Amino acid sequence: MKALLLKRLLQLITVVWGVGTLTFVLMRSLPGDMAYRIAASRYGQDNVNSEAAALVREELGLNQHPLEAYWHWLTDLLQFNLGNSMVSGLPVIESVQHMLGHSMLLAFAGLMVSILIAIPLGLLSAWRGNPLDSVLMGLSSAIRAIPVFVIGVLFVLLFALHWGWFPVAGYGSFAHLVLPSVTLALSLAAVSNRVVRDAAKQTFRAAFYQFSKVKGLSAWQTFHRHGVRNIAVPVVAFFGIQLVSMIEGIVMIESLFSWPGIGHGLAHAIFARDIPVIQGAALAMGVVFVVLNTLVDLLCLWIDPRGVEQ
Amino acid sequence: MTRLFIVLISVLGVVFSGQGLAKPTPDNTLSISAAFEFTSLDPSKNGYIFSRMQIIETLLDVDENGELIPALASHWSISNDAKTWTFDIRQDVHFHDGSLLDAVAVVNSLYIALQKHGALRKAPIEQIEALGKHKVVIRLSSPYVVLGAVLANYANAILSPSAYAKDGGVLALSSTGPYQLYQFSPPHKLVVEKFDDYWGKKASIPYASYLTGHRAESRVLQARSGQADIVFGLDPATLPILKRLPNLTLHSNAIPRTIVIKLNSEYPFLKDIRARQALSDAINRVGIARGVLRTPGAETEQIMPASMSNWHLDVPNKGSDGKAKAEALLAELGWQKNANGYLEKQGDIFTIRLITYADRPELTTVATAIQAQWEAIGVKTKVDVTNSSAIPMGHQDGSLQAALIARNYGFMADPLAVLLADYGKHGGGDWGAMNWHNDAVSTLLSELEQTTDAQTYRQKAQQVAQLIYNERPVIPVTSYVQQTSVSKRVKGFRFDPFERHFLLNEMEFIR
Repeated sequence: MKALLLKRLLQLITVVWGVGTLTFVLMRSLPGDMAYRIAASRYGQDNVNSEAAALVREELGLNQHPLEAYWHWLTDLLQFNLGNSMVSGLPVIESVQHMLGHSMLLAFAGLMVSILIAIPLGLLSAWRGNPLDSVLMGLSSAIRAIPVFVIGVLFVLLFALHWGWFPVAGYGSFAHLVLPSVTLALSLAAVSNRVVRDAAKQTFRAAFYQFSKVKGLSAWQTFHRHGVRNIAVPVVAFFGIQLVSMIEGIVMIESLFSWPGIGHGLAHAIFARDIPVIQGAALAMGVVFVVLNTLVDLLCLWIDPRGVEQ
Repeated sequence: MTRLFIVLISVLGVVFSGQGLAKPTPDNTLSISAAFEFTSLDPSKNGYIFSRMQIIETLLDVDENGELIPALASHWSISNDAKTWTFDIRQDVHFHDGSLLDAVAVVNSLYIALQKHGALRKAPIEQIEALGKHKVVIRLSSPYVVLGAVLANYANAILSPSAYAKDGGVLALSSTGPYQLYQFSPPHKLVVEKFDDYWGKKASIPYASYLTGHRAESRVLQARSGQADIVFGLDPATLPILKRLPNLTLHSNAIPRTIVIKLNSEYPFLKDIRARQALSDAINRVGIARGVLRTPGAETEQIMPASMSNWHLDVPNKGSDGKAKAEALLAELGWQKNANGYLEKQGDIFTIRLITYADRPELTTVATAIQAQWEAIGVKTKVDVTNSSAIPMGHQDGSLQAALIARNYGFMADPLAVLLADYGKHGGGDWGAMNWHNDAVSTLLSELEQTTDAQTYRQKAQQVAQLIYNERPVIPVTSYVQQTSVSKRVKGFRFDPFERHFLLNEMEFIR
């Protein structure tokens, strides 16, 4: 356990340095004068001009050598300081907290709903077999084939416009969370129900599972004592990976529903060449990646302690 | 027992009085959706949102005809040599932090604005001085007639002295408008609360919220669902559907913004006026106004709208039959169509890269319509959708060939301020002419800076408009029409053509 945590800590440090350095290099390599991009985001489309760009360049010291800028970033990072946004002037940590908080909320809600959909349907598929299995798998393939924003638009048309149950976009209340999280959940459940179904099928066919029935346990007792843990390990690992990719990949949902998450914020920071925010957001996502992976590993170890011995 | 009863009553009292304290709810909040994000409290950066939400105010305001009217200055006068401007500061005006407006607060705000990005930096200001408690004098080194318009710009909003940090940064948005800041969640959400001590017409609607709707489709859906009471910047293609909805009223308002094509007059294929004229003639403006923008009558060949009469020429629009004329002009210049249908001269293909930006949804569709129309006369056109900053950047580094832009000539109440920036300098400006040299225009514009006589002003302005019209350093396409939807639960909506205010304090909910 200690070795695992130590390994993950080293990974964390490497990820923080690597992600920050990579984003710095990539952003500096983009063509064009970043002072103009920053000025456009700061002062708006009607008020961006070469004077604004010159002011931004002078204020932010954009003329300094890239290595000097990189050194400043690195020394700030060692003091746990992510710097200030080049556009708003506000501390990056505040923006990242605001954005990451919203993304985590959306991703977590989406994941929970997807679990509620995927686990029962996956188990039912494995339990009942054909023809229900084929129908559910076909349905999940069809949903997976639809781009997530199309599902979002369909939900908005139905639940917000036709029935008026939920708001079209925005944030700040539970009602605002429903449509984006269900959209996300449906798209996720279309994949994860396959993982549940495969893991369950494999377990149901296993010799130890059949034997437990032969020795006289009821179907429920067999499932409870010998099924749950064996099915859970691959499923938990898969959901963990999904949560990470979700936080990173919900840009479309955030944009469609005006949700102030990190994916959307990162995209805007890239348009604005707001390097400190890009670095801060990428760092936060890297940290989340390592932390969630560690949590998933610990959870899997708890479910199946044989991993420790290995 | 009695004590228990009193405690119970007190608790209930507190609970109910707490409920009585209004919080923003859909019933008491006017919700607004528009495309623009905000990131800072500083008026020099995002003042256009705070001014529209009526949090901040300036010394002077602008009426719907573009005339300056009193705001925080109840009266102003200009000396005979037009170098001394005196402002009487309105009395009994409260800032949102409770302090009173005075001349010192005005001077403080204006000096801070002078250090930041904005038009005030260009004004030849020698001194800003408080004379007594309610008089401010601005002394100039040379006459500058657009100073009033500059002072009316949002970047020069007057804030309470306590709103600023020592370095001039804005700590709190404490100004004097009919609404005060209630919630600030950049970059998407802003909620304002009515300010009961406002000096002018007090608001009736308790709260108003602003939500950034990045995608035009999302804004339309917000209008359709009723989630947003007022939606600005609707995509013209969605207007027919919205018109059918019983809960909405649509407003189409002309604003002093024009869709123009900025041209690099040094670009080899565009050096000759006839080439620029041909590209202008090839554009079917009527078709674009009717078919793409769905605003028949918005077609124009002039940069200024008719409402800015000093700058608008009395010439008819030529309509949509310019293709043959364009082809003749290009043939005159030696361009011949090759086997692929593109114009060719001495081995060169007539090629143009037209850049535009996605902040305004209609620009990309207009750009592709122009692409098709130019391709029809044999001009190979590539459309690139980029960021708005690519236009001033391309102007400065000389890489720009042509750009489709929506230029706001009402950014300042007096369009002269914008024209000076766009055409005043030799060779043009970031958002105006590029590598276009016309000494007469430069001279006339600098003379206009110091012209106070109305008749002389108009005469010179007309000369400038005629020269720009003749030489086509930019090609105007259509006037701009702002499309807005308003929920029928709101009454008193009025559109400010200068987009300074949403006029929230004039609106009411229909009960």
